[in-house]
Amino acid sequence: MSAVELSPLHRPQDRLRRRRVFNRGMEALAWLAAAIAVFFLGVVVWSVAQRGWSQLNLDFLTKSQVQFEPAVPQGLANAFAGSLVLVGLATAMALPFGILIAVYVNEFAPRPIRSAIGLTLDVLAGVPAIVIGFFVYGLIVVAHGQSAYAGAFALAVIMLPFVYRATVEVLALVPNSLREAGLGVGAPRWRTTLGIVLPQTIGGVLTGTTLAVARVAGETAPLLFTCSLAPNGIHWNPSGAIQSVPVAVFELSDSAEPSDHARAWAAALVLILFILVASLTARWLATRSKRKIMRAGR
Amino acid sequence: MSEMKGESVSSTIEAAVRVETKRQPLPPRERLQQVFDIRDLTAIYGSKPALKDVSMEVYKNLVTAVIGPSGCGKSTFIRCLNRMNDLVPSFRQTGTIRYHGQDISGRDVDPVAVRRTIGMVFQRPNPFPKSIHDNVAWGLKVLGMKDNLSDRVERALTQAALWDEVKDRLKASALSLSGGQQQRLCIARAIAVEPDVVLMDEPASALDPIATQAIEQLLHELKGQYSFVIVTHNMQQAARVADMTAFFSISRGEEGERWGELIEYDATEKIFTAPSDRRTEDYVTGRFG
Ligand SMILES: Nc1ncnc2c1ncn2[C@@H]1O[C@H](COP(=O)(O)OP(=O)(O)OP(=O)(O)O)[C@@H](O)[C@H]1O
Ligand SMILES: [Mg+2]
Repeated sequence: MSAVELSPLHRPQDRLRRRRVFNRGMEALAWLAAAIAVFFLGVVVWSVAQRGWSQLNLDFLTKSQVQFEPAVPQGLANAFAGSLVLVGLATAMALPFGILIAVYVNEFAPRPIRSAIGLTLDVLAGVPAIVIGFFVYGLIVVAHGQSAYAGAFALAVIMLPFVYRATVEVLALVPNSLREAGLGVGAPRWRTTLGIVLPQTIGGVLTGTTLAVARVAGETAPLLFTCSLAPNGIHWNPSGAIQSVPVAVFELSDSAEPSDHARAWAAALVLILFILVASLTARWLATRSKRKIMRAGR
Repeated sequence: MSEMKGESVSSTIEAAVRVETKRQPLPPRERLQQVFDIRDLTAIYGSKPALKDVSMEVYKNLVTAVIGPSGCGKSTFIRCLNRMNDLVPSFRQTGTIRYHGQDISGRDVDPVAVRRTIGMVFQRPNPFPKSIHDNVAWGLKVLGMKDNLSDRVERALTQAALWDEVKDRLKASALSLSGGQQQRLCIARAIAVEPDVVLMDEPASALDPIATQAIEQLLHELKGQYSFVIVTHNMQQAARVADMTAFFSISRGEEGERWGELIEYDATEKIFTAPSDRRTEDYVTGRFG
């Protein structure tokens, strides 16, 4: 160190300036990157909204599709109902499994098994959705035909890693002192897990699930082979194929009718709005539950 | 608490240092009933021994204090007594711990059954993130002691000297209590399930003098029903509450390895007034670094 630098309050002016300029530069770059991301989101939402807005009316939300009749006032109520059934079923399948796997991995599994399962689910999260669609096609559809069950199963496979990750992460946040407290009064491990540890994770699990729902609500690929040949009208029975929003968008955008195109944009807009609301809900839940766990773990 | 008010600070300290007069004289050891009989207990984390060759007995209806410098294995020791170290993956232990004659350290022993009869209060208060009432009631429900639930909760909270402070807000979150209240809640939670032995790891380290006194009072009142093993850093506290005192210290090997050892175990009176080991004397007189 040179003698000039002895006092930290009297750094040489030019170094200080250089540092400040560098700092400004990095800040500007970070800003730019964030601005580009927001810009693209804005463009997507804007272009979708602009083209779909005109179709977004009560008929659109309450009436079903009628194919090859462009003059009849129609909507996508069947697709909305179908998506509801599909995503609901998928959540019902993925949620308990995801939580159980996470509990096993974080609370009971020996270390090697723990990392093996973690790796497996990370890989599963990276498998392209269309491959999962193929897989379910081979597993279920070839033998039993298309159905909402098959479609929901494919979506559930996509959701599983999300639910698992979210649950494992909040479980890891639960302090060990709480587990010891449960065991210390003489409770078995499963009772402690169920009664003390898991209640702490509800917020985090909900967050992960909401994000997963937002993710799969827009998935088209896994449904194309498993749940796309839907009859007209609103159907709630999952043992047959039912229409869904992403598949409807896919089909309508392929149509020759301009009004079909507009409806596709409108459906996309509804989907985007849904995902936006779901993500915001997830964030809100996440901050709330983190605060709660931190308070408990003081 | 109120009789303390008039006394000057110095006389309070004097009274504390003076070995507690309320204590009954100890009967001869062979007349005491053994709760734990610990032989050659060695406790190892990974490859590092934390404790070597500890042999001692813990007697029924007494308060047994464990004192010693930080890191000498006091927590490790009492966590061995109710299989709490099972939770630490790298932990291993050799030697035997007999509880009323039965070895509890074997693989075939159910640690849950052990912890049911040997309860624990931890170094830092760790109430469940539930209501005050449910903190005490949860263990009772899990163990099937559901009859007269609210009576049992009230009794435990009263014994832990907390009832008057919380009786109007049993439904409030336990996390809204102060640190000292939380620790007394943890004590209530531990004694509510009527264990045979209560292990306490520095229960008063986070407490103010008044709450500390309440807990010490509690030990006096409850030792007729339970046996207590209490880890403490506070020598005056050991002198005040304990009938027997075990002094642990750190020994160093030739290659700089360190482990905890039991140096001396005797009646508290003896440990504090006429210890037979030089290291004990240095520690209790404050000459230890
Ligand atoms: N979970 C653990 N994993 C590895 N080593 C541990 C673990 N717990 C304790 N040890 C080690 O065992 C030794 C004894 O620790 P222990 O907590 O029993 O000491 P202590 O006497 O209770 O200390 P203190 O008075 O500071 O609480 C220490 O060297 C510590 O580093
Ligand atoms: Mg300790």
